[in-house]
Amino acid sequence: MAALTISTTPSSVATETPAAGQPVKRNRFWAWLFIALGAAYFLLPLVATGYWSLRAEKDKLGFEAYRRLFDDSNFFPAFTQSLVNAVAAIALSLAIIVPTAYWVTLRVPRLRPVVEFITLLPFVIPPVILVFGLIRLYSRPPLLLTSTYGKSRVVLICAYAALSFPYMYRSVDNGLRAMDVRSLTEAAQSLGASWITILRRVIFPNLRVALLSGALLTFAIVIGELTVALFLAQRTFGPYMAELTRSKVYEPSAMAIVAFALTWSALGMIALITRPRSRQ
Amino acid sequence: MSGGFLSLEGVRKEFEGVVAVDTFNLDVDPGEFVSFLGPSGCGKTTTLRMVAGFEQPSSGTIRLAGQDVTYAKPNQRNIGMVFQSYALFPNMTVADNIGFGLTVRKENSAAREARVTELLDLIHLPDKGKAYPFELSGGQQQRVALARALAIRPQLLLLDEPLSALDAKIRDELRTEIRRIQRQLNITTIYVTHDQEEALALSDRIVVMSKGRMEQVGPPFEVYNYPGTPFVAAFVGQINYLQGQVMDPASGTVTVGSATLRTTSGIEAGPGQPVTLMVRPEELEIGDHEENQVKGIVESVNFLGAIVRVRVDTESGMVTADLFNERLLELPKVGDTVTVCFPPHACWAMPAAS
Repeated sequence: MAALTISTTPSSVATETPAAGQPVKRNRFWAWLFIALGAAYFLLPLVATGYWSLRAEKDKLGFEAYRRLFDDSNFFPAFTQSLVNAVAAIALSLAIIVPTAYWVTLRVPRLRPVVEFITLLPFVIPPVILVFGLIRLYSRPPLLLTSTYGKSRVVLICAYAALSFPYMYRSVDNGLRAMDVRSLTEAAQSLGASWITILRRVIFPNLRVALLSGALLTFAIVIGELTVALFLAQRTFGPYMAELTRSKVYEPSAMAIVAFALTWSALGMIALITRPRSRQ
Repeated sequence: MSGGFLSLEGVRKEFEGVVAVDTFNLDVDPGEFVSFLGPSGCGKTTTLRMVAGFEQPSSGTIRLAGQDVTYAKPNQRNIGMVFQSYALFPNMTVADNIGFGLTVRKENSAAREARVTELLDLIHLPDKGKAYPFELSGGQQQRVALARALAIRPQLLLLDEPLSALDAKIRDELRTEIRRIQRQLNITTIYVTHDQEEALALSDRIVVMSKGRMEQVGPPFEVYNYPGTPFVAAFVGQINYLQGQVMDPASGTVTVGSATLRTTSGIEAGPGQPVTLMVRPEELEIGDHEENQVKGIVESVNFLGAIVRVRVDTESGMVTADLFNERLLELPKVGDTVTVCFPPHACWAMPAAS
């Protein structure tokens, strides 16, 4: 900013430069300070957890807690199950939200506040209420969907998709607002494209970044979700972590670090897979 | 049934009780370039969108090549459309954009590539096939959009204010380019614009529209020189208004202030009735060598290069004279008392607005 102001009046350069130099340095100092504070706020607990996880053996730092964790036969099945649930919930959520948001933007923009409100409901309704509602509705004929572990898992995935609506709708809606949906749709239509082709070839690819951020948030919620999984008696990562925290000392910390690393590498994979072919 | 390649018969469109387009009748010949010209909200874009299939008429019929397409879906009409905002698909390269319609039609890849190359040559961007839209200038993007619309060999080309987002120089270039390509392919074209210069320069015929109605349809020369309504006279080109009263309809004389002016265009009003005499700025000259003369004081002199615009405050209002620049031109000075003159055939009278 300062450089811009100065360049408009060359005569003032000499007098203003030294004065302008000071605040720039000071600003930078404060900026770095806040960045450092922010980083410390996030990283210190992580470092502390990491440190604690290395102290499983007396008077010695080592990976004993990790070894015990990986030896536990329940760890990987629970994590994998959550991973699959998350991917399924993301796919379901996308399949519902993208066409809805697209249609609202294109045809009934007046309904946007209504749809926004509906997608916000998971914020208003606590998961415990949601899961009781689901159990009540789906535990008796004609909609008996909690009779087996597999069926309950489907209910769980549907519940996760619903929980992701606030994030997914907002991401998709922002993405749609950033492009000229109407003209792109009409251009594709005039070239002979059907609705499915338009969604698949024009809308989805241009929403890549928005979809990614929605998917990341959904992933982050689902991977460690406890309440709904617990009440639907699912052996996912959330209940597993809760159980471990109750019974072990060092393993929960090791697991937190592993979960953190696994989650971030999964997210990194998504980012890598959905990376645009060319820089945009 | 009428004989146009594209024909709109009694087409009307209402949005929640508000009439956007009222009783629109038009026949467009094959290979003809027709412009819809009018201010914002006059219904020109709505009419175009009905032809494209993005809006459905409240009543009336649209026929294309003899087929009733009034309620056909946009993707079944084989119409190419170019949008003001280019509407290129950002995730696709230029070649993929141009080839999109052919991909949708499942044409084989060799035919598609050949067609894309042909169109890239046509728009003079042969080496931009691999570029993404964001790497191109506005003018280049609009050329690609044009190529994309033409790739499917449409029966009809629709252009919705395609040059509005471009700067003046590019606009002029692209205007010429659009006309060249249209003539080369002999494709029937409807062009929507609010820019009268564009419409005059490009069209075989212009449809001037106002408040959902067609005001006049005709070739540019006719619309400009023989405007059918006061709106057309005012909207297409600049115009001077001289308020007066009919003196003698038979001889075409009108009193304007203390002057008596004559028109050869005929007057549809009785003696003593108020009329507005209209004359284009380029028909006015400074001097007393023409029959119709009005005195006034020079209020401003603006040198615009090819023309010099002189505004003169007369007893019947401000008039503007556009004088063609030449080296020997003697420019009047601000405050000078001058006589503005014009020949009787240059002006026409219309009943004064109440």
